Amino acid sequence: MQSLTINNKKVTAEEGMTILEAAKKNNIFIPHFCFLEGIHQVGSCRICVVEIEGVKALQPSCSTRVKEGMVVHSNTERVKKARRVLYELMLSDHPKDCLICKRNQTCEFQKLGELLGIEEYRFEGEQSKTYVDDSSPSIIRDTSKCILCRRCVTVCNEIQGVGVLNVQGRSFKTVIGPAHQLPLNSVNCTYCGQCTVVCPVGALQERDSTHTVWQALFDKSKRVIIQTAPAIRAALGEEFGYEPGTLVTGKMVTALRDIGFDEVFDTNFAADLTILEEGNELLKRLADAFAGKPAVLPMVTSCSPGWIKYVEHTFPEELDHISTCKSPHMMLGALIKSYYAKKIKVDPKDIFVVSVMPCTAKKFEITRPEMKNGGYPNVDAVLTTRELARMIKDAGIQFKTLEDSRFDSPLGLSTGAADIFAATGGVMEAALRTVYEVVTGRELPFGGLHVTPIIGLEQIKTAEITITDPVEAYKFLDGVTVKIAVTSGLMGAKQLMDEVSSGNSPYHFIEVMGCPGGCISGGGQPRPTNNEIRQKRLLAIYSEDDHKQLRKSHENPFVIKLYEDFLGEPLGHKSHELLHTHYTKRNHLVDFQECAETIGIR
Amino acid sequence: MTKGMRIRNLQELENVRKQYDEKQKKYQYRVAVCSGTGCISSKCEDVRDALLEAIDKNGLAEKVFVSCTGCIGLCSLGPLMAVYPEGVLYTELTPELIPEIVKSHLVNGEIKTENTYFDVKKKEHVPHINDIDFFKDQVRISLRNCGYIDCTSLEEYIARDGYQAFARALLEMKPAEVVREVKSSGLRGRGGAGFPTGVKWESTLNTPGKEKYIICNADEGIPGSYMDKALLEGDPHTIIEGMLIGAYAVGATSGYAYIRAEYPLAVERLDIAINQARKAGLLGVNILGSRFDFDIEIRTGAGAFICGEETAMLQSIEGLRGEPRQKPPLPTESGLFGKPTVINNVETLASIPPILLNGPAWYSAFGTEDTKGTKIFSLSGNMVNNGLIEVPMGVTLRKILEEISGGMKDNKTFKAAQTGGPSGGCITSEFLDTPLDFSSMQKIGTIMGSGDFVVMDEDTCMIDMVKYFMEFVQEESCGRCTSCRIGTKRMLEIIERITLGEGKEGDVELLEELGYTIQETSACGLGQTAPNSVLSTIRYFRDEYNEHIRNKHCRGGICTDLAQVSRAGKTEGQPCKVLQLTTRR
Repeated sequence: MQSLTINNKKVTAEEGMTILEAAKKNNIFIPHFCFLEGIHQVGSCRICVVEIEGVKALQPSCSTRVKEGMVVHSNTERVKKARRVLYELMLSDHPKDCLICKRNQTCEFQKLGELLGIEEYRFEGEQSKTYVDDSSPSIIRDTSKCILCRRCVTVCNEIQGVGVLNVQGRSFKTVIGPAHQLPLNSVNCTYCGQCTVVCPVGALQERDSTHTVWQALFDKSKRVIIQTAPAIRAALGEEFGYEPGTLVTGKMVTALRDIGFDEVFDTNFAADLTILEEGNELLKRLADAFAGKPAVLPMVTSCSPGWIKYVEHTFPEELDHISTCKSPHMMLGALIKSYYAKKIKVDPKDIFVVSVMPCTAKKFEITRPEMKNGGYPNVDAVLTTRELARMIKDAGIQFKTLEDSRFDSPLGLSTGAADIFAATGGVMEAALRTVYEVVTGRELPFGGLHVTPIIGLEQIKTAEITITDPVEAYKFLDGVTVKIAVTSGLMGAKQLMDEVSSGNSPYHFIEVMGCPGGCISGGGQPRPTNNEIRQKRLLAIYSEDDHKQLRKSHENPFVIKLYEDFLGEPLGHKSHELLHTHYTKRNHLVDFQECAETIGIR
Repeated sequence: MTKGMRIRNLQELENVRKQYDEKQKKYQYRVAVCSGTGCISSKCEDVRDALLEAIDKNGLAEKVFVSCTGCIGLCSLGPLMAVYPEGVLYTELTPELIPEIVKSHLVNGEIKTENTYFDVKKKEHVPHINDIDFFKDQVRISLRNCGYIDCTSLEEYIARDGYQAFARALLEMKPAEVVREVKSSGLRGRGGAGFPTGVKWESTLNTPGKEKYIICNADEGIPGSYMDKALLEGDPHTIIEGMLIGAYAVGATSGYAYIRAEYPLAVERLDIAINQARKAGLLGVNILGSRFDFDIEIRTGAGAFICGEETAMLQSIEGLRGEPRQKPPLPTESGLFGKPTVINNVETLASIPPILLNGPAWYSAFGTEDTKGTKIFSLSGNMVNNGLIEVPMGVTLRKILEEISGGMKDNKTFKAAQTGGPSGGCITSEFLDTPLDFSSMQKIGTIMGSGDFVVMDEDTCMIDMVKYFMEFVQEESCGRCTSCRIGTKRMLEIIERITLGEGKEGDVELLEELGYTIQETSACGLGQTAPNSVLSTIRYFRDEYNEHIRNKHCRGGICTDLAQVSRAGKTEGQPCKVLQLTTRR
């Protein structure tokens, strides 16, 4: 412990703490801007500068560590003056179009301006950047709004390990973006959208789909069906003032009906379906492997489209390891436009499927050419949680006053196993609940069916389960110790895939989610997201699971009925046609020739 | 040196020197032809070829030794040639002049006075270097070999006591003793900050670590600075020797020389020298049979000024974007690849061998109480003679200006001298008698910097001058800190509008407010000093700013876009004419 003085108040702080952290711990607020707890503290904006007695220049409190006896001031004339000028400088290179900016009133820069009470523009001059990159179906980059806090650079490089967004050039002309200002769709961006979560302004945002969805709703000839991902219910409430971790499933369904969607289905249904398909795929690969037939192991999950794009760019030679299952919402979309369309006797061309996803990569996923059946895209539009919140507000719905209601039948029923798809480790646990029971005829031997070693926010989690006394069909697994690994965030994925590509992976089954913590903190989720919030959303998801009567995917009666009535059997012909897919080898630059021309080199 | 010969111990080093001295005895003359970048640009290579041809024609090959040297110093009068043993300096040579000079001087022994140095003030030729005002009061310690020895010859260097200091340190001293000698010499880093070199070495030596690095900072980028370039081009082995001594003293096994890519000749010559040293066994393993291993790798910069900042340089060597790191930790604790690293400037390293050879007391006898030793200054601007000089610390600007440089050109009046480039400030006539060292310069509102002097006369517009420097720092800002990235841009815009006659009341105060904020809130030395040229000129030339703003009047007649032009007949404005001479690109 070290004692120091901040603004004439004697305080203590742990050794190694920054001044900003020490101040926060002692309930002293030092205005700051680019700082992002636990992630980004490079001191680029300089807003958090403080005066330290005995030190000549002002120092950034976010990256200066406390020292015994330090005397710090954050409210002197000198500091306040500097802070104002710094803000005014940033403002002088930022468009003043707040009223038509999507971040109006949620903009951190705007909030800081309000706090500092800036009343005039004193340093107007040239604007450094005007470039808008709208090449990607997922993320729009408006460089004119970028204030170079570099949070996105840290997230893209140090958290996700993708390294697409970087600082380019220098001086006033410094820009953030891919090398040579190449458009996002020509580089190895995974569209995970973590950059859009941390961007304090409107420089990085999801591509808006609310207009498209409103147009579909206004179109009388369209049957507009919406589905919501498991993670939405645990985060949407934050947009309406609820504490993080508040489940708002029932209100969400009511709001969607109030907006005017014809059916409100649950992606969770398809999550249960995924477990049956993916579980059987795993068992088939294991059976082949133990029978000496060619089989690719470990198998890796495929629900996360950011992860899929990452592996296509980064490990194009290892795509056989990826489960061929489409992600759950694509499965549901395919079923809506086939099985359900037939059932309700509506031509699939008149059905418009909207998915509410915690994810920006899903916006790209629906544009993949292989995500079509019978000439129709499986899903027509993807809304992020943030976009859905905007639509609810726009529709004049008073969210907090809504009654709860239930998803529509039959594609709205799900088990607890589907709920936990939202969190890291969830897909694995759901799969194990079913696979273990199929193999042994007994329930998964973990308290509350929770595989505790793979729950939580650590980057890589592993577990081993030894199969004993299996049923006749799986005798070959008797005594086999199945090794599994779970990771979330692409840094961890890289580690596990490096092992795979070098042939040293000890695992049979790996779950990867592209975003740290899984879908609960996906790129389309409410801002801010930090580990505390992740933990709360995670608990909410597990409590949803714990409170369900049905907690194993293979017990979902409508899934069972779907196989009886329509699909036949897991991995059957219909399944392959509708529920499975294939992947594309990609380079780091999508088209090198084209990129070379764009940047003018040969 | 015989091809393939290796120097394995002190005796063999001594033998090389003896053999070379013996070989040189037959020559009656040594002709030093300046082959520095400056003289190359004024076609010294043609002069050299003409010289070799004339020597051949006159059958002098066994009598005259031609040495292609680094910078002799009087750059404004190049191409230069010095004939020893008399030490006669021929200036402004062309190939056509050479046959006559050879015939007269080298064949007949008569100095060809009309081609020797001409003193404009005395209106007479001064043939001997030691009589020329520009040279006679110089004390050349770092530059001791520059302009004399052949810059691509290891033997020439060894013959001038080269590698003796290193051999002595390596074979007779403990690392801590070497550190102690450097510490007691009082040597302060010549890169600009003036940090005591011995203290830096001591701290690196005392930081535990198996792997340590020494880096030679040769990313000289201040407009108007060219001492590092001259040393690397003219005496590359002294840099290697300085690094070897430093490496031994701190326990480093690898070294990097970080040179800006805009110095191709310096890179080439250092590369030649490193290869010579490797072949001779002076770099590599088991150097001089001592079990000391060390080698040097050259890294070239990619044109960013910020990479001269030591932590940005570390980033650049590591292959990362050249941006300063947060300090602490200091590089001496955690530097290159996280290992203890000592970073020394070229001129600092060049001072090390003479200090060890002659002892710290000898070195500290030069200079002032505050700053010991000598300093190389690079002179440019409106003076009679420009070039490189090395003088003891404590010399006054008046002495440099009026005696060494021969006064102002065209009898104009001195207005100010900018030192320290964009990070520094200006010295006005009232401070001409200040003895120059690190502290005294700071006291009068400027800095030593790397020792660059840009001298300006009465026709210079100070606002036009700072516009150049603000353009420079703005362009070179790494772009991280708001203050430096946007602040310098807005300052530049205000200055631009003042020079265009669009300045407003309050602009000077705005410049000051921005300037102080940038100084106070930027992370690195570049940002913290970026507004200095503006703040310093506001301090001394506030009237000129006000005249531009209020009266639309430019004293220098440079800012011709002002509503009125100050002097009739002076309508052709040019971007700062003084700085044009020193512009780096």
